[in-house]
Amino acid sequence: MEKQNDAVKGRPIVRYHKIAKVFGDQQVLTDIDLDIFPGEKVALIGPSGSGKTTLGRLLVTLERPTSGTIEVNGELLWHKSVNGQLLPADEKHLRRVRGQIGLVFQQFNLFPHMSILQNVMEAPVHVLGMSKGEAKEQATAMLNKVGLGHKLESYPRQLSGGQQQRVAIARALVMRPKVMVFDEVTSALDPEMVGEVLAVLKEIAAEGNMTMLLITHEMAFAREVADRVIFMDGKIVEQGSPNDIFVNPQNPRTNAFLSRFRQA
Amino acid sequence: MWDWSFTIAILPELLKALKITLSATVVAYFLACVLGLLIAMVKRTTWKLVVYAVSGVVEFIRSTPILAQLYFVFYVFPKFGLTLTPFVAGVLTIGVHYSTYLSEVYRAGIDAVPVGQWEAASVLNFSRARIWLTIIIPQAIPPIVPVLGNYLIALLKETPLLSAITLVEVLETAKIIGDNSFRYLEPITLVGLIFLVLSYLLSLLVQQIHAKLS
Ligand SMILES: Nc1ncnc2c1ncn2[C@@H]1O[C@H](COP(=O)(O)OP(=O)(O)OP(=O)(O)O)[C@@H](O)[C@H]1O
Ligand SMILES: [Mg+2]
Repeated sequence: MEKQNDAVKGRPIVRYHKIAKVFGDQQVLTDIDLDIFPGEKVALIGPSGSGKTTLGRLLVTLERPTSGTIEVNGELLWHKSVNGQLLPADEKHLRRVRGQIGLVFQQFNLFPHMSILQNVMEAPVHVLGMSKGEAKEQATAMLNKVGLGHKLESYPRQLSGGQQQRVAIARALVMRPKVMVFDEVTSALDPEMVGEVLAVLKEIAAEGNMTMLLITHEMAFAREVADRVIFMDGKIVEQGSPNDIFVNPQNPRTNAFLSRFRQA
Repeated sequence: MWDWSFTIAILPELLKALKITLSATVVAYFLACVLGLLIAMVKRTTWKLVVYAVSGVVEFIRSTPILAQLYFVFYVFPKFGLTLTPFVAGVLTIGVHYSTYLSEVYRAGIDAVPVGQWEAASVLNFSRARIWLTIIIPQAIPPIVPVLGNYLIALLKETPLLSAITLVEVLETAKIIGDNSFRYLEPITLVGLIFLVLSYLLSLLVQQIHAKLS
């Protein structure tokens, strides 16, 4: 409890307000209101197709809300305020706000034509304007942190899935985002590699200050790491502490969803 | 029938004309490569009107004969105050014409880059230009090198058309030699062999580049 109260202090760093998302004639998200606070670890669970990925992608502008607003650190994502007037955001504004968010994909999406080191160095150099030497130093440090300091010159195809995903995590972290979205980062992995990736996530979580949105099917992991667990199915069905959700869910749909994992 | 001493006598003149053929090929192909890539990139922007306009022009250029375009650029442009030398007019026309073919090749290469690459790059906050330059183009081009190479060879074989706008390239030189000596066998055969050898060498070169890139 202590942990949660600590996290839920101050102004939210991410605020979804009345978000709806429609693809064609399919309403994927309905009336999502969600505040995430600095340093908070939020686990997002729910059945396949319930809109979890969409919710994460909205935050990095890979999707645009059909209605509603998203704020990052007090700034609207899709609008900028000019002399008190709201105008559609331009690319510059989007990039500035988006720069505070990192996202790791289920499918890694490493750049196959670059070495591991280049994969991690490229954005610091070209986006943050870091010198090559400085970027190399930071990228190496980050790759060391995820246990891949000995693979700097390897190419993605030479690495196992678990190693590739750890590179993807390092590539996101080296940009020093305030918020990290992890979208089922272990779902594409062989079972024996899930542990090494979760260990890295736990380590990041343990450092404390990173705000994390963890989309996951790993319930034991969510329970261990999260301050708050959200069960969603197109809308937020139920949320609370890991104990509330996993031990004592109030909503029958949450219960039905979780019972599948209890059996497994 | 075949006169060897005549063959040797005309060879230097043919090889000299070959320089024009080769330089026209290289310059036109370079133009086609650059412009073709730009067309493919513009077609992937969200500026609808520009995309429609470019697509229309590309379709028009692709579906009219190069020869007609050569005549138009060389003989009609001057009426509008734009007089070009045969070389410039020729290289421009063939280069632009081939850029419309190459743009389709590039499009295929670009489409083959997984959408996850665009998304990963955009989440890392790369600018559009950076995404093209460091993420997409380096992945899109290696697989299409063989096809790009085929167009280089096709373009080389198109250059005799330039004689229609008074540029004396290698085939036209052979024909002039024939007109003057009443011997067509050796000059025309030689030109055929020259094109054969060049095409072969170019295909080797393309293979080398492809192997190196992939
Ligand atoms: N770009 C898109 N175009 C059309 N439909 C989409 C698009 N992206 C997602 N959808 C649909 O939206 C719904 C929600 O998808 P989403 O990927 O957000 O679910 P999810 O909760 O992440 O599921 P999973 O657990 O399988 O990853 C799905 O029905 C999906 O088919
Ligand atoms: Mg998903």
